[in-house]
Amino acid sequence: MKTLTVREALREAMLEEMHRDQNVILLGEEVAEYNGAYKVSQGLLDEFGAERVIDTPITEMGFAGLGVGAAFNGLKPIVEFMTFNFSMQAIDQIVNSAAKTLYMAGGQMGCPMVFRGPNGAAARVAAQHSQCYASWYAHCPGLKVVAPYSAADAKGLLKAAIRDPNPVVFLENEIMYGASFELPDDKDFVLPIGKAHIEREGKDVTITAFSICVRHALEAAEMLAKEGIEAEVINLRSLRPFDADTVLASVRKTNRIVSVEEGWPFAGIGAEIAAQVNEKAFDFLDAPVTRVTGEDVPMPYAANLETLYLPSAEKVYKAAKAVCYK
Amino acid sequence: MQKSATLSFEKADLLKLYQDMLLMRRFEERASQLYGMGLIGGFCHLYIGQEAVVTGIQAVQESQDTVITAYRDHAHMLACGMDPRGVMAELTGRIGGYSKGKGGSMHMFSREKNFYGGHGIVGAQVPIGTGMALAHKYKKDNGVCLTYFGDGAANQGQVYESFNMAKLWGLPVLYIIENNGYSMGTAVNRHSCTENFYMRGEGFGIPGKLVNGMDVLAVREAAAEALDYVRANQAPMILEVETYRYRGHSMSDPAKYRTKEEVDDYKTNRDPILKFKGALMNEYNFTEDDFKPAEDFVKQEIKETIEFAQSSPEPDASELYTDVYVEEGAQ
Ligand SMILES: Cc1ncc(C[n+]2csc(CCOP(=O)(O)OP(=O)(O)O)c2C)c(N)n1
Ligand SMILES: [Mg+2]
Repeated sequence: MKTLTVREALREAMLEEMHRDQNVILLGEEVAEYNGAYKVSQGLLDEFGAERVIDTPITEMGFAGLGVGAAFNGLKPIVEFMTFNFSMQAIDQIVNSAAKTLYMAGGQMGCPMVFRGPNGAAARVAAQHSQCYASWYAHCPGLKVVAPYSAADAKGLLKAAIRDPNPVVFLENEIMYGASFELPDDKDFVLPIGKAHIEREGKDVTITAFSICVRHALEAAEMLAKEGIEAEVINLRSLRPFDADTVLASVRKTNRIVSVEEGWPFAGIGAEIAAQVNEKAFDFLDAPVTRVTGEDVPMPYAANLETLYLPSAEKVYKAAKAVCYK
Repeated sequence: MQKSATLSFEKADLLKLYQDMLLMRRFEERASQLYGMGLIGGFCHLYIGQEAVVTGIQAVQESQDTVITAYRDHAHMLACGMDPRGVMAELTGRIGGYSKGKGGSMHMFSREKNFYGGHGIVGAQVPIGTGMALAHKYKKDNGVCLTYFGDGAANQGQVYESFNMAKLWGLPVLYIIENNGYSMGTAVNRHSCTENFYMRGEGFGIPGKLVNGMDVLAVREAAAEALDYVRANQAPMILEVETYRYRGHSMSDPAKYRTKEEVDDYKTNRDPILKFKGALMNEYNFTEDDFKPAEDFVKQEIKETIEFAQSSPEPDASELYTDVYVEEGAQ
């Protein structure tokens, strides 16, 4: 085992995969000479040169579409969005071109590429720079959507995403970049896309989360444990394909579930979980499926309002207590 | 400094240009301090070095004209006559800010002062400004929309979609490209295949002009001509303004992609405020005493601004849920 930050783990995944496969290239704003706006691509320009690590102009629709074309023609591009907020400029290429081509071409050709970058809220960057795109992209057949929490998730899933023959939307989190975790010291450490991970076992209540919200869930589980409530925390890792088996098995055991996400509640990941649990484990429920989400408003700038907006360990703790009727 | 046959060179007008630029400079310096103290958070993009651009342009805009820009917007708001207290209080996230603390540095608006933001998404303000111009034309109010964007933004596709519509439909929009040499850490020659941004309208039949953005009188002159053209012809025009930002892209950028010599050269030899002050003394017979009222005004204004931005309370928790939709019966 070794210890890496999430940032280093992502970098290592790209480094190893670019060595492994000459057709993998990285492009995006400030990825090369600046070493990444958040330093995720540190050193990759020096390692692979300007042919494979490419600084783009600010032209998201253009370079996302260009990435799709390069993928059609044999390359495996990693397109970095400086943040996923800017992927909205490019969403047509992601959904209409990348996601649907395999189907529209009757399986002849697809789009093996990765769209990656920080997703969700950073600190105090307000409405236009703080949004979770998990449910937006998870909505679309043809895309795979992954959201790592730990450094192991980050490395194992990014390697899987680069190797995957389908377009993968890879949702990172700026606040988690600096967090350190242990992970296996192994060049072939790859995690399967589509499998959730039980971070903590428990019998009283299931808590599902992804990305930074896993941290809130684990903290809440600590608080609950002090009161004798054993929470099972599931790190979803992959939102599409969605590992319903793991979630449903847990609910059948605990009979209660709280879903946590930073995104808006309406038609969010929690709404999908509620629907699936309702369809497939209704008889096992002892309490309504409950959601902890970002508030149903644009992200405010003011420090106090931002805190009120975001999910937190405290909010998860309260929701878990409520479904336990404690 | 460039001289003009038509524009006013009254002492008071010249002093006002100086005062406006000084206010911007001091405002930004204090914003930087408050950021360091943790009173401002998130992204904060300072305008230091670029003051002559917006000062020269806004000096000749007419009251019915509208203004829109990106996130490097504090000085544009001051130039539109917005109260520095309200701007700074928005930066500190307080209820006395122009957006009640909900928008922050990058997202601020004043309907009263015809300032339409403050936009965080690079390039997005360009079609919006073009649409504002459509409304000016429709309402026949003789207004022009002054649409500001950066050299980096000039590569977004929607800029060219806008150029086409603006020319096709004869829209009164002045596109102002603030070319400060860098798009975050990327120098112009690394992000643009051609560097003459004022010529980017050629394929659309949109005329362009290049002006030295470190010279407030040159900017004022060029802006006056450009606004006349747009207003008289009901057609778009491009003004490329060459300028320079002294600070990093935002507070978190150490700006290692350029040399200290380059920055120092601008600061010592081309600073828009220093140069203008020198020109006023050498060419317009100003004495140190003549600047005193402006400098005193700025000092007092900044003092009150800082006090207000720190004493204005945070928004009430209930504000989290207001303004998502127009309240029933409000309009
Ligand atoms: C669509 C979009 N992509 C990327 C960003 C991140 N970003 C913010 S400012 C900036 C550079 C813009 O440079 P320029 O247009 O030259 O303006 P300047 O900052 O120099 O004033 C970038 C890449 C963004 N805000 N929006
Ligand atoms: Mg620039």
